[in-house]
Amino acid sequence: MFSYLPHTDEEIKQMLADIGVESIDELFADIPEKIQFKDTLQLPKGKSEHEVYSRLEAMAKKNTQGVSFLGAGIYDHIIPSTVGAIMGRTEFATSYTPYQPEISQGVLQAIFEFQTLMNEITSLPVSNASLYDGHTAASEACALAVNSTRKTDTILYSGTIHPYTKEVLTTYFEDLGVKLVELPEKEGVLDAGSVKEHLTPQVAALLVQSPNIYGNLEDYTGIADILHENKSLFIISSNPMSLGVLKSQGEWGADIAIGDTQPFGLPAYYGGPTVGYIAASEKLLRKMPGRIVGQTVDEEGKRAYVLTLQAREQHIKRERATSNICSNQALAALGTTVYLSTVGKKGLEELSAQNMQKAHHLAEKLQKEAGLELLSNQPFFNEFTLKLPSEAAEVADKMEKEGIFAGVVLNKLDPSYPKDLLTVAVTEKRTAEEMEKYVRSIKGALK
Amino acid sequence: MAGPENLKFQKSHEWARVEGNIAYVGISDHAQEELGDIVFVEIPELDDEFEAGEEVTNIESVKAASPINAPVSGKIVKVNEELEDTPELINQKPYDTFIFAIEMTDSSELDNLLSYEDYQKVIEEE
Repeated sequence: MFSYLPHTDEEIKQMLADIGVESIDELFADIPEKIQFKDTLQLPKGKSEHEVYSRLEAMAKKNTQGVSFLGAGIYDHIIPSTVGAIMGRTEFATSYTPYQPEISQGVLQAIFEFQTLMNEITSLPVSNASLYDGHTAASEACALAVNSTRKTDTILYSGTIHPYTKEVLTTYFEDLGVKLVELPEKEGVLDAGSVKEHLTPQVAALLVQSPNIYGNLEDYTGIADILHENKSLFIISSNPMSLGVLKSQGEWGADIAIGDTQPFGLPAYYGGPTVGYIAASEKLLRKMPGRIVGQTVDEEGKRAYVLTLQAREQHIKRERATSNICSNQALAALGTTVYLSTVGKKGLEELSAQNMQKAHHLAEKLQKEAGLELLSNQPFFNEFTLKLPSEAAEVADKMEKEGIFAGVVLNKLDPSYPKDLLTVAVTEKRTAEEMEKYVRSIKGALK
Repeated sequence: MAGPENLKFQKSHEWARVEGNIAYVGISDHAQEELGDIVFVEIPELDDEFEAGEEVTNIESVKAASPINAPVSGKIVKVNEELEDTPELINQKPYDTFIFAIEMTDSSELDNLLSYEDYQKVIEEE
């Protein structure tokens, strides 16, 4: 352990003397006494490499293997081997996101390509190098809206967005004097008629999500105009996989597009890390949070990449920064970039269509063969919500024992959802046999 | 155009040129020199209303983004759209390049501004 503590007592003394404190404890004086840990950490003795591996393997064996129908933000898609091969290259795997504007040309080029891909997918012209995840992206988009509209202090959001997004919004804005107003849902989608009623001159933006938390697709016809007349912005969150076949945010007239690129080449892991994406209209470029890479030429006229528009970033001038985000998910965003480059434009369309067809196939089987009901009669993408005749958590537990992760129990995400709702995702990875098995299993679980 | 001697200044380095009840606003030679190459001017929206001292918009140089504050209260009635494509005009001719014009609600606020001579003293003290 001592090899990780390279300072000698003499050096520590010298450093403390230089900054004018007596002891290391004094450095922590600002941390309230009652939350300071005074004991010694009860750590086991060091183990050999072999022992550590054996212990971790034993722990890994306790994991339940199963076929995943889980979604609600994190999905089980096929990941081509190109993704791991390129993400695993040490040039990428070990490098931190660049701060020097011009060095690390390879990383800068990868980020530039990520931005370009996000622009293509969302039909909005400017994008940044990525954000932490979809929920952070939603909150950053709302902050961007408040910062770029005058005399506003209110964010409207649809009740049908992901409950975690609502939590992150609260964390961001609770103490900033920004009011968060939830708009009601109607038959599993945003009650579009409620938008007008809630519009005041103080509204900076409306945040919506489609496909929404139930998997339903929302119709935003006319919403952008209503908002723009009020000088408010329109923010749409979308699972980017759906944009292979569905109308993009830009096509709906959104000012800001956000979401999470996990479906593009990133495993479910343990719920993250994922990648938040944000794209916006050109007008918002100078207020965009985070880093942006631009393409230029070097002094010999060769193509080169550079971190650009940094005047709005907090490591340049903190009090004028438009956000305190000054990092990004460079490596995970690379995964997304490689994924999209591998599947290509046509591939994405096909994937997107397959997701949709498979989900509809299972939904139909469940209704016809298992006599189950959907929560609402709305169009959906690769995910739908069942309204079960008994508690969803019990059904899911029984099915898990048969090797099926049946879906996300919405009540577990947020206790305000009824206990009988189960959101089921079907990706291109699911086979006809797996779906047969799902139907048999849920019938058994409901008996 | 008139030299800086006929302009009114505020400590945050904006100048105002008064024509009737309209005040044209730009930034001083000293300010543009300190900022360095100006690369972007956020053009304010017409008809927006501001109090004296309130931040109207931003300009960005290669070094940093800086606020432009209203020297007097009123409504934006004119903006310099040329700056959208040629922000460097501010570096080249700071006193001939206005950023926006305000229709004043209270012209007595002009008395709170500095003369060129007094403004020169302020920057010497900085």
